[in-house]
Amino acid sequence: MTVESTAARKPRRSAGTRKSPSTKPELVQLLTPEGKRVKNAEYDKYVADITPEALRGLYRDMVLTRRFDAEATSLQRQGELGLWASLLGQEAAQIGSGRALRDDDYVFPTYREHGVAWCRGVDPTNLLGMFRGVNNGGWDPNSNNFHLYTIVIGSQTLHATGYAMGITKDGADSAVIAYFGDGASSQGDVAESFTFSAVYNAPVVFFCQNNQWAISEPTEKQTRVPLYQRAQGFGFPGVRVDGNDVLASLAVTKWALERARAGEGPTLVEAYTYRMGAHTTSDDPSKYRADEEREAWEAKDPILRLRRYLEASNHADEGFFAELEAESEALGRRVREAVRAMPDPDRFALFEHAYADGHALVDEERAGFAAYQASFADGEGA
Amino acid sequence: MAAETVTSKNMALAKAINESLRRALDTDPKVLVMGEDVGKLGGVFRVTDGLQKDFGEDRVIDTPLAESGIVGTAIGLALRGYRPVVEIQFDGFVFPAYDQIVTQLAKMHARSLGKVKMPVVVRIPYGGGIGAVEHHSESPEALFAHVAGLKVVSPSNASDAYWMMQQAIQSDDPVIFFEPKRRYWDKGEVNTEAIPGPLHKARVVREGTDVTLVAYGPMVKLCQEVADAAAEEGRNLEVVDLRSVSPLDFDAIQASVEKTGRLVVVHEAPVFFGSGAEIAARITERCFYHLEAPVLRVGGYHAPYPPARLEDEYLPGLDRVLDAVDRALAY
Repeated sequence: MTVESTAARKPRRSAGTRKSPSTKPELVQLLTPEGKRVKNAEYDKYVADITPEALRGLYRDMVLTRRFDAEATSLQRQGELGLWASLLGQEAAQIGSGRALRDDDYVFPTYREHGVAWCRGVDPTNLLGMFRGVNNGGWDPNSNNFHLYTIVIGSQTLHATGYAMGITKDGADSAVIAYFGDGASSQGDVAESFTFSAVYNAPVVFFCQNNQWAISEPTEKQTRVPLYQRAQGFGFPGVRVDGNDVLASLAVTKWALERARAGEGPTLVEAYTYRMGAHTTSDDPSKYRADEEREAWEAKDPILRLRRYLEASNHADEGFFAELEAESEALGRRVREAVRAMPDPDRFALFEHAYADGHALVDEERAGFAAYQASFADGEGA
Repeated sequence: MAAETVTSKNMALAKAINESLRRALDTDPKVLVMGEDVGKLGGVFRVTDGLQKDFGEDRVIDTPLAESGIVGTAIGLALRGYRPVVEIQFDGFVFPAYDQIVTQLAKMHARSLGKVKMPVVVRIPYGGGIGAVEHHSESPEALFAHVAGLKVVSPSNASDAYWMMQQAIQSDDPVIFFEPKRRYWDKGEVNTEAIPGPLHKARVVREGTDVTLVAYGPMVKLCQEVADAAAEEGRNLEVVDLRSVSPLDFDAIQASVEKTGRLVVVHEAPVFFGSGAEIAARITERCFYHLEAPVLRVGGYHAPYPPARLEDEYLPGLDRVLDAVDRALAY
């Protein structure tokens, strides 16, 4: 880079991008990092009916999701998975929003929504097939109204919008939630999904987990304004919620879903959170971000703050935490065993499902492949 | 099935597609038509003329001007159980949607291990010869035929346009439906009660013995004209209308080449890596001992589609195809 271009960039950074992370005045938060419940006139009502048991349930969801996630990371390190995209740090955003959904709502995830999958009742081991390389997803999206993981960034926001348009046509009052990240917010498909959903008033909640990093690129490389403000230009509301606060994530998502059901159209929720781990197990964050940043976010840990609240309000005792610890370890064991037992697919599976109605060339190539395989068997005298 | 008073009508190719869409909208409430200007205007070529008036804005949907959004939302609608027929206004405008078509539409069925189906038809008016500005005359069919999970078809006449559209809409696989825009106004008999043949089978439209001409879409008519001209010189050409580019009916071409020993493939798309290349390779493999000459190809050049005043130089015409026939016969 030349001196000239460096100089040219500097004023722009200070004028535009440095302002965006200033969050205090606009962040919806119901639970402080210290575990203190703070009042919020607008959103309290969406969690007013939450019982201690439900709070313990949210805590359990987050702990088990984190345990599953840690197990998957270990399995990758042991060579059982080819790759893993950890959700570490994003548990509250995912569990809060996931628990706001009704059964008939439909979820369009990225490839990191393990916590949302958990809320939908998708067996966690189902998520691991693609990371082990035995399939490219493979679960039935309609069993749990949880669509397949989408790897191409932002594509699923359009599928979510189309699905939501279908709900309207059917006269149903279900809603759709589309997950995506701060990096995806730059994709044309995301902008187009905002346009389409606004024009057709589609019942969709755009749930952006701004985890501050798109692999190595900080959010400033994606936007000059806080992401939730983008909604305004499309004609629907946007809200920034503390994505490490499970209660606030639950409340804000419920509000957005109610809007969708009431025929008020799309909403953008920006869950302000932090990717505590690497982008995936192939990534090395030490190359591009400072330890201090991570440490600062550790103090805002989503699980820790709910635990503090549960303990301070006597909503959970030692027995609960001990029992959960045991359940957590059992989940880890179950996942480990399931992954290790996952068989490689039959080699002919590569031709299966290329088409629903068949294709002459696929038939021809499958037959050729079979003949080729058979020639080895003959050679070995099998 | 309601009996129709008139079962065979003479209509333009564009009207045949219109009638086919009307029939699909009428018989299956899950069928939707969506695209830019498909509503009140009836599409820039009037292929969807009158459909919104009769079926409403909920089923014949004017979309924002965003091709990726059109295909992406069609995928979502298909996931919800609908059967969207989307229009891309012109061939050269499909590329913003190429990502959704290739990475999502084509692969969703396999990704779900067969649990999800993608009955989406993407209609694309394609090809040149209409004196249009840039991006309005291209033939990108090979870019789609190369992608597993997609089916690619192109009718050459009104009757096929009608029936192939019916079959494409009924298909549980995504179909890229290339409409030969320069033939939109060509009229032909359409029997709306005839039992159609399979969607992906080729048809011999003219029997001959000396050279096989293979084409699809807009080039079929040209090849028939070539065969007429060659007949005046005492040459007897066979013309095969492929109708489908993926899957491609190699059996039909093989049967013809085993008879003639000579093959010329004609398409508007660039010759380089075009569908003719695949046909040449496979037919060489299948018919090696029947071929009297190498398989020859006539198509566009490896240059951007030219301005309208030059398109006649770029597109295969009567003389260029006859020249290829001469060369094939010279071996």
